[in-house]
Amino acid sequence: MAEKRIVDARGSFCPGPLMELIAAIKMVQVGDELEVLSTDKGSASEIPQWLKKVGHEHLSTTERDGVWHVNVRRKK
Amino acid sequence: MSGNKISIVVLSEHREQLQMAAMIASVGAVSDREVLVFVSMNALRFFVKGTTDRPAAEGSVGELMEHKNVPPFKQLFEQAVELGGAKLHPCSMAMDLLGLNQGQLESYLGEPMGLTMFLDAAQGGEVWAF
Repeated sequence: MAEKRIVDARGSFCPGPLMELIAAIKMVQVGDELEVLSTDKGSASEIPQWLKKVGHEHLSTTERDGVWHVNVRRKK
Repeated sequence: MSGNKISIVVLSEHREQLQMAAMIASVGAVSDREVLVFVSMNALRFFVKGTTDRPAAEGSVGELMEHKNVPPFKQLFEQAVELGGAKLHPCSMAMDLLGLNQGQLESYLGEPMGLTMFLDAAQGGEVWAF
């Protein structure tokens, strides 16, 4: 499995982090992991909702020093 | 695709309206919804290739967006097309009024569309207007 791909969307407002994640998902293989870094709280809750809707896996969300780390696995 | 089709009529020349239209188009399109955007009236000029026109803020949030890293509305519309398969069409009436042809517009816009075709395409789905 490939190394986890980091999507650094810090400083961007909704829906920027989601769009950056989607562009990155298209560039990885099914089964690969990605981690979105976001300073936008709204995006941190919207991304898991989007993952559930379209069928990718939400692995975890943690927050450190104002940055949300949303871990994702591409499922299809 | 799942859920109702989303059709968005974009008329405004104000930043907040254009931004919300683009947000709905982009998030809708990447969430497995079919999205159609009809660009007309005062909104059309911002889609002319190479334009330096920028929409004015309508209120305080529009002013704030100018200084924050908010994704530009045109970028979101382009992402709606590239990432989500949305269709953007310029209004043929507005194009005639402004003396534009399709080649002068951004490449992610489709052919000019008239109201008969738009109303037919939007039928049965959700319609949003900005």
